[in-house]
Amino acid sequence: MIRLTWRLALIVPTVLAASIVVFVVMRVLPGDVVGIIIGDIPASSEAREALEEELGLNNPLTVQYGRWLWSMVNGEFGGRSLESRDPIRSIIGRQLPVTLMLAGYTVLLSVFVSVPLGVLAAARSGQWPDYVIRGATLGGLALPNLLVALLVILGLLIFFQWSPPIIYSSPWSNPWTHIQMLVWPALILAWEQSSHLVRVTRSSMLTALSQDYVVTARSKGLSERSIILQHGFPNARIPAVTMLGLQFGSLVSGALILETIFGLPGIGRGLVQAALARDYQVVQSLATCLVFLSLIVNLFVDTIYAYIDPRISRDS
Amino acid sequence: MNGNNHIAPQSQSSLTGSVEKFSAKFWEFARTRPLAILCIGVLASMGVVALMSDFVATHDPLAQNAEEILRPPGPEHYFGTDGAGRDIFSRVVHGSRVSLYVGFLAMGMASVVGTFIGTVSAYRGGIFDLIASRVIDVLLGFPFLVLALIMVVAIGSSQTSVAIAIALAQAPQIARLSRATALSIIEEPYLDAARASGADSYRIICRHLLPNSFPPVLTQVAGYFGAAVVAETALSFLGLGVPPPFPSWGRMLQEAVRQYFEVAPWATIFPSLALSLTVVSSALLGDEFRDLLDPRRVLPLRTRSRTTSQSR
Repeated sequence: MIRLTWRLALIVPTVLAASIVVFVVMRVLPGDVVGIIIGDIPASSEAREALEEELGLNNPLTVQYGRWLWSMVNGEFGGRSLESRDPIRSIIGRQLPVTLMLAGYTVLLSVFVSVPLGVLAAARSGQWPDYVIRGATLGGLALPNLLVALLVILGLLIFFQWSPPIIYSSPWSNPWTHIQMLVWPALILAWEQSSHLVRVTRSSMLTALSQDYVVTARSKGLSERSIILQHGFPNARIPAVTMLGLQFGSLVSGALILETIFGLPGIGRGLVQAALARDYQVVQSLATCLVFLSLIVNLFVDTIYAYIDPRISRDS
Repeated sequence: MNGNNHIAPQSQSSLTGSVEKFSAKFWEFARTRPLAILCIGVLASMGVVALMSDFVATHDPLAQNAEEILRPPGPEHYFGTDGAGRDIFSRVVHGSRVSLYVGFLAMGMASVVGTFIGTVSAYRGGIFDLIASRVIDVLLGFPFLVLALIMVVAIGSSQTSVAIAIALAQAPQIARLSRATALSIIEEPYLDAARASGADSYRIICRHLLPNSFPPVLTQVAGYFGAAVVAETALSFLGLGVPPPFPSWGRMLQEAVRQYFEVAPWATIFPSLALSLTVVSSALLGDEFRDLLDPRRVLPLRTRSRTTSQSR
């Protein structure tokens, strides 16, 4: 419990630093924010001044940052979108659940698929299941998910004359459409994620199975099944959990692409559209939210450790 | 591991000796790792195609032809034509120039900047190191594509600025790697010797630290290259990458998917093939290099090669 509070306290400076990075990149690097927003259209100086006034750009940078940070904390998330004039709070409220569901399905799928496969590959190491499983992970590691997604859609179209629904619906209003829409992006992301997981599970299983206590267990005449499940697996799941946390960033990157391809109204697609519209207020807030999400997941993974690995003390 | 490249100054004769040693090592590498050689071959031929794209391409990649819209692959257009009647083969060939240019530039800049920051931070130590490594940690907390995306939004999307954005997103990973390497080198006795003989910080960093913290980065370079090419394609696909007149693979895919996905699958398939060939071979090459450096795997390999040479 003390450890958890300490970790929670440590996340605050990290989030602050991340928000500074986003702020600096978005406001200081380009120099002329108004120019970016107005774009190529030649604008009158009054229009520029009005925009500067509205955005508070005539204030010093520190004041701008402070205001933005306060709005992130009190739930305003940086005010309104420059493009649609919607409050960013409602944009996030609309988009975050979609991304969370996609991420949740992906993590569930990859854990339930990759852990048994990794254990199987280690138990049958050097035989055909091992080669088949490792071959499949190679594809998941090397092929960009962008390509896999395009080929999946193309294949579904050509061979089954079927394409995923275009209008998103929540699992409560129309569960069948929801599943049809999310199943492919979740599967594609899960292939990529579980490729890492399978590899880690397999190699840590192999390490665990070559330990002395496994030799002892074998010589005592334990069945291979209970050796693998009781002596090997408990030691192999810890690196797999680490991997799950480390890979969450790549999951978010993948969500950016797959949400756009499959038309899922999540934060990833929202970020891309805001970036295309040069809606820097929304880009800034959504990017910070995604970073925050990754940090929270990693914090969560860190606390899981203590529960699956008794060697890590929960209090120190 | 890489114990033989510690010494910087060498006389002419030992230089030719090291060249011989290098070519012997290269053949050893080629014999034990044919897959790596295959990947290098694929990437090298992609590079040649990119450099010679004006000669390889059969048509002008930008020339539109209203009479030849969406033609399937055939003898006139090897990969077919797209919705504006442009020859896809020529566009893929010219697109390789964009992708490889961005990939190469991003990888190069990220390696140089990352190694420099990581090494100097490890050498300086103290408050500088503390701040630098905290910044690196924070940047590593960003999802890769999110960081590249906000960079592109901030600095614009010409070929070079896309490369810079990707490089800035990759540099923290490299910085952390080379900082760890440099920290272990600082403990080495030859660095004490250099200090004792009166070398200043500049000399120690440039002559001793940088040359030795770079090899681990070098083994990762193939992987960084592949990641940069994928990032460029993804950004262009999302509409944030290299602007339209350039035929980039990501842009071609975006147009194909938006406009004539099911009518002309070849417009999607051929750019995808080119991309996957590049990315898969650089990923496999990266794996091979990593295996070489992994001490747990180097050992059985050495014993194996020793036993084979004994049996001969």
